Amino acid sequence: MSIFNIFDTAASGMSAQSMRLNLVASNMANADAVSSSIDETYRARQPVFQAMLDELNPDGGATGVRMVGVVESQAPLIQEYAPDHPLANEEGYIFRPNVNSVEEMANMLSASRTYQSNVEVANAAKQLLLATLRMGQ
Amino acid sequence: MNFDNVFGIHERALELRSQRAEVLSANLANADTPGYKARDFDFNAVLKREMNGSVRLTTTDPAHIQTEVGPVPPAQLLYRTVSQPSLDGNSVDTEREHAAFASNAIEYQATLSFINSKISGLRKALKGE
Repeated sequence: MSIFNIFDTAASGMSAQSMRLNLVASNMANADAVSSSIDETYRARQPVFQAMLDELNPDGGATGVRMVGVVESQAPLIQEYAPDHPLANEEGYIFRPNVNSVEEMANMLSASRTYQSNVEVANAAKQLLLATLRMGQ
Repeated sequence: MNFDNVFGIHERALELRSQRAEVLSANLANADTPGYKARDFDFNAVLKREMNGSVRLTTTDPAHIQTEVGPVPPAQLLYRTVSQPSLDGNSVDTEREHAAFASNAIEYQATLSFINSKISGLRKALKGE
């Protein structure tokens, strides 16, 4: 019965989007985490999504979505001359994370919209299933 | 009267509608997957093909069990034409998919009500009141 599969598909979408929201929250929380060396500085993290395919029928439709990994942004870190800062290095520089908060906000909106649409799909599937269960009554 | 074929086309139609709902829900789940291409199938064409019996198993004995409707063959599962291409190669238009999902859900319920009325008609006939 394929209506049951819709729940799995919608749930995979919700879980992927909530992980994306998690990363956005982590990026925003660490947006001001300065450090004294390039290597230690937090870098913005983004999820990598991939469509899940049916192994027995790879040419068929997707069965959901999954997060295959997290990539760190390669954008340059913000180097700032602040000799009075407690974390400044010998040359007096601190490094700020390359988190773009405007981008993260847009990311957050997109994630929550997609999450909502997956919830709606699951609700619609539930109604269809209930109607099917009442068949003939 | 043959009870195998009581629901006629609606039995197949219901199965295909639920398969289409599945395909559309996968499109919506992959709305943000880079490189994902939205898929769909032409309900009328697939239903016509199913009803012609071209996808049924060949049976050599009347006692052999005939197959149910299988998955929609990949050749029928097409890719949606992109109305607005995106940089990451994703071709899901969430609004269009939502509209398609909603109308498919309504059509599913329409098929269900056809089946329900068939059942109540049969009940009436059986009771003979």
